[in-house]
Amino acid sequence: MSINRRSLLKAIAAGGALAGCGVLMPRLALAAWAEKAFTAEEQTVAMQELYGSAEHEHTTEVILKAPDIAENGAVVPVTVSTGLENVETISIFVENNPTPLAAEFVLPAGTQAKVSTRIRMGQTSKVTTVVKAGGKLYSAAKEVKVTIGGCGG
Amino acid sequence: MSISRREFARLLGIAGMAGMLPATGLAARRQSEDLYQLPAFGNVRLLHITDCHAQLQPVYFREPNVNLGVGAAAGQPPHLVGEKLLRHFGIAPGSAEAHAFTYLDFNTAAERYGKVGGFAHLKTLVDRLRDEFGREKTLLLDGGDTWQGSGTSYKTRGMDMVEASNLLGVDMMTGHWEFTYRQQEVLNNIDAFHGEFLAHNIFITEDALFEGADEYIFDEDSGRVFKPYSIREMGGARVAVIGQAFPRTKIANPARFIPDWTFDIYDDELQLLVDHIRGSEKVDAVVVLSHNGMDVDLAMAARVSGIDVILGGHTHDGMPKPSVVKNAGGQTLVCNAGSNGKFLGVLDMDVANGRFKGFRYRLLPVFAEQLPADPAMVKLIDQIRAPHLDWLNEELAYADEMLFRRGNFNGTFDQVICDALRERNDAEISLSPGFRWGTSVLEGQKIRMEHVLDQTCLTYPETYVREMSGAELKLILEDVADNIFNPEPYLQSGGDMVRVGGFDYVCDPFQPIGQRISDMTLDNGQPVDAARTYKVSGWATVGSQSDGADIWDVVADYLRDHKVAKIAKLNTPRLKGAAGNTGLADYSA
Repeated sequence: MSINRRSLLKAIAAGGALAGCGVLMPRLALAAWAEKAFTAEEQTVAMQELYGSAEHEHTTEVILKAPDIAENGAVVPVTVSTGLENVETISIFVENNPTPLAAEFVLPAGTQAKVSTRIRMGQTSKVTTVVKAGGKLYSAAKEVKVTIGGCGG
Repeated sequence: MSISRREFARLLGIAGMAGMLPATGLAARRQSEDLYQLPAFGNVRLLHITDCHAQLQPVYFREPNVNLGVGAAAGQPPHLVGEKLLRHFGIAPGSAEAHAFTYLDFNTAAERYGKVGGFAHLKTLVDRLRDEFGREKTLLLDGGDTWQGSGTSYKTRGMDMVEASNLLGVDMMTGHWEFTYRQQEVLNNIDAFHGEFLAHNIFITEDALFEGADEYIFDEDSGRVFKPYSIREMGGARVAVIGQAFPRTKIANPARFIPDWTFDIYDDELQLLVDHIRGSEKVDAVVVLSHNGMDVDLAMAARVSGIDVILGGHTHDGMPKPSVVKNAGGQTLVCNAGSNGKFLGVLDMDVANGRFKGFRYRLLPVFAEQLPADPAMVKLIDQIRAPHLDWLNEELAYADEMLFRRGNFNGTFDQVICDALRERNDAEISLSPGFRWGTSVLEGQKIRMEHVLDQTCLTYPETYVREMSGAELKLILEDVADNIFNPEPYLQSGGDMVRVGGFDYVCDPFQPIGQRISDMTLDNGQPVDAARTYKVSGWATVGSQSDGADIWDVVADYLRDHKVAKIAKLNTPRLKGAAGNTGLADYSA
């Protein structure tokens, strides 16, 4: 491997964007902030606001990686990747959060469709990712448990 | 010093009154000695210990009478107690093994068979089993929870156990409570450990990698903090051992001690690792040394293929025979080896040409009286204990009844802790964690400080007193109950139900979260009011450090004051839906 992980991380942090790292650019800077979607208190409303539809097709081609149990509900690591063509956006919803839409990533054409982020979760919830590709909506979901912890054997 | 009941019984025997006592002495002894005669089998012998919780000295340890199985686990090992366990495994009632594997008639049987474990006795047994088989064809594997659980491990930050493990000859280990020391202390202890510390499922956080953790971690590309597996050639075979540390360490224990490391189960990564080892390391057997807990081991064995054996721990289940789990690649044996130094697992394998052809498994109880103490280990243990003897040996009170912890709900020693918290901190309600470690004290024995430390010694011992609403209390109980009784093993965290003082409740383990706990009622008969606040005392806070006295001092003060540990009322829940469960016996609430 020509570049080690640490150097790569540093490069990302210093440069802000490597080629194809558009995912790091805040949504705010690129387009109008989808305020109504981000402040919606119901997941279906947030989806409706963001995509004009709450209908999406569950597919195994969208891979959502998240822990079964969060080590820390304040920073739950989530990774979404897909082999689908022509991915335009990837969004993440936490159904039981006060405002379910946690993130939306806008991917410039030709970008590898893989994003990682950390989301905040107040309680156990289904986490859903919606991938918009070729104008269609695809999804994957997983339950993530948030516990007060303690009492380990 | 007064004499213990057991010593008294022995004196009676000497005085010619043995006829009045249960069958004892030679017959029991001969039976136990036969336990250690193992016929030779195969070309590789794996010796397995787990969850000794720093018990260097022989102890009493009572197995549970409540160990409920839910979902697919109901009726299956390890959720079998008492006579149901004996029947399932074909163990003769009244035998030495029946005593080792169950709670049945514990106090009397413990007096008859004596203490179990102790590193000096374990050392004798390990050496004998290695020498008989051929030392170069054996490995000693330790599933972890070795560095915590005693006063001396607390004082030495686990280093006493590293030294004892080195002398015992542990070849490889993984961990859980090891991570309740600070990161740098963990690394220092591993440096001093002569064996290998294995964990494929602990990764460095990206933040820490950025800050320079690449200086010490095992592999920067994968992000693994520790070596994931090791391969040994022995008996003409190549055996791979993969370490699986407790995946819920940062949830069950304070994350603040180990901020830079992250844990999980990682089935996909484990499958990749197993496939890689099988594909490129020319191995004859793949073994996982696990600290998952047995329910998780069983689930993982069904999901990941290519593993011959999982040697597991964490849930302190001492299972006489392996469970055989079918999966896509064939089958996997799951063995769990108990706790507190009480057992030594012996797996003799016939492996060659990449095939696991056969095995013999025994989980041997370590009866201290049947195994002479190894002199070198005795010397080391004496050295370790010498600076702390006054502290450890202080006699605090008599045990009015047998004191123990293990079981899904309050044990008698838990009740003493809960009563102490309420009385010393003037609280209406007390909470105490459902740990599975903690040794037993027989009826009439003196409770020494060491026994209190066995039950309480961890690196976050501070107590608290705070106001909590009835609704908050219920939330806590529901949350902990879900960590034990969720039918999906990967959503369990091990441990038993939180222990309570000052109130009772009804528990239906077979309901979903939010519906398991009901009818919370104070000892005075009043229902717990969701809207009212109560003064609650507890200890071992995971989130942040509490500011009260250390729990062992609170309990010791209480015992010194009372002189006899008497339990007025055991706060254990009334169960719903549990009738007929094989994990329940001799239970009343």
